[in-house]
Amino acid sequence: MTAPLLRVEDLSKRFGGFTALDTINLEVAAGARLALIGPNGSGKSTLVNCLCGTLRNDTGRVHFDGAAVDGLTAHQRTRLGMARSFQLPRPFTSLTVAENLRIPLLYTVGVRRGHHVPHAEIVAREQELLGLVGLAEKAARLPRDLSQVEMRKLELARAMAAEPKLLIADEAMAGLSHAEVDDILRLLSRLNEAGITIILIEHIMRAVMSFSDRLVVLVAGRKIADGLPNDVVRNPEVERAYLGE
Amino acid sequence: MRSRTFLFAALVVAGLLFEGLRSLESEYLFFAGYVVLQYVVLATAWNILGGYTGYVNFGTAAFFALGAYTSVALGKLAPLPIPVFMLAGGVISGVVGLGMGYLTLRLRGVYFSIATLALAVVVQTLITNWDFVGGSRGAYTLRPALVPLLGSYVQYLFLVMLGLAVIALAVAHVIEGSRLGYGFATIRDDEAAAEASGVPTLRLKLVATTLSGALMGMAGAPLPYYVTYLDPASGFNLAYAVNSIAMPLIGGMTSWIGPLIGALLLGSVQQVATVSNWFGGHPEINLLIVGLLLILFVIGAPNGIVGLLGVETRRGARR
Repeated sequence: MTAPLLRVEDLSKRFGGFTALDTINLEVAAGARLALIGPNGSGKSTLVNCLCGTLRNDTGRVHFDGAAVDGLTAHQRTRLGMARSFQLPRPFTSLTVAENLRIPLLYTVGVRRGHHVPHAEIVAREQELLGLVGLAEKAARLPRDLSQVEMRKLELARAMAAEPKLLIADEAMAGLSHAEVDDILRLLSRLNEAGITIILIEHIMRAVMSFSDRLVVLVAGRKIADGLPNDVVRNPEVERAYLGE
Repeated sequence: MRSRTFLFAALVVAGLLFEGLRSLESEYLFFAGYVVLQYVVLATAWNILGGYTGYVNFGTAAFFALGAYTSVALGKLAPLPIPVFMLAGGVISGVVGLGMGYLTLRLRGVYFSIATLALAVVVQTLITNWDFVGGSRGAYTLRPALVPLLGSYVQYLFLVMLGLAVIALAVAHVIEGSRLGYGFATIRDDEAAAEASGVPTLRLKLVATTLSGALMGMAGAPLPYYVTYLDPASGFNLAYAVNSIAMPLIGGMTSWIGPLIGALLLGSVQQVATVSNWFGGHPEINLLIVGLLLILFVIGAPNGIVGLLGVETRRGARR
């Protein structure tokens, strides 16, 4: 049996007297399509922040690609191959769309290789990624000129530019139309087929059910269910959490 | 523009400026020009941290005065050339900048700015109580009336500051076109997103505070030989902090040319106001001019003159 790409052991996080995450255990195999759901305030984003190094977990351990990453900063984890998109798009507003992708190419891919990525390769890679997400014609524009769905595509493209092994998409489809959700799902599927492990944090159940091969449910900072999506949604505890007693 | 071309062009312009002023045979122009160039360096140095990374430093006077008092201290020990004092002042202020970065860069926004203000107060208190450099009484500096080749010492000081201005602008230009410049821009735009893209934000901020502090210290080092008497009130003058912020804000903060424009404009207006006896020649008139212009630009042109003119910035997009 191969080691999981991501292993979380007894991870807890408290904010003062509030327990945001309570002894979370999770293993994610390489190539998986895992969806993470839960009501608002259940700790999904806190978990993502702890995994990516934005927040420090109080207890527990995070192993990524065989190495403990607890003491590492966010940029060090990105360089190891853990990329994320943010719940609300956070583009670099003073940089063009293409330059937004240049940052991980310069600071992650270049550092990982141990030498600067040649300029011609950077430009080619930017064009390739922008073509993949349908933003090639907007390369020289500023993020403020993009629509909501384009902004989310830019967010995903920037995460992909870091050439990750694991992509954590935090509500990448929030506020999008039916067709736009399908657009993002197709993109995520293509990435997964290219070998990138995906953790999808999402409220849109249609997207969750059509995309994921495994579903984890968080409620009040605790993991209450973990399994095949069709089994998990019929779990009485999950029904109670979402629909009430 | 490539860095070497930029440096060559800057040196040519500097050479023409120096020879042009010499041909006018007015010592005052060198005297006033020194102050304007000093502000070109201070504004450019401030902009490396404040403009490129978005961390507003209110402590310019501390770094500037550290450079000036380094000259006073070293000058009492050995009569070294001004460029050596400038290097020493740059090292001292750079190290203080690095230390300040370590202590304060986990603070953001207004909290960081207040910490830099506190640094200025702490450094001023230490200098005021350090007798070796004159303490609160101040220190006199003797300067030679003439220097070889140039003749006038004021022209020599002007030339030294002109050289430093070229260096400061070249450093800013190199940063803008480099990987470091992209990293700085991401810190200004969104630090969390920068970290998520692999940018080592803390290390880059330390580079910015060190570079910025070092240039400010270098700008301060010749001051004792320019004024010949230095006390804490003049070394830590409010005008240094206010001007170094106002000049990039008025000129534009996203490009090396913004602080240059701001410093040339504001510095020149202040010098003209000083000698023209505007408003009865009150010494605070200079700060009034800065304040009024600052209000006008913040309301009417928040991206400064560079933004107002719609100048294309280095990355081809209009800000």
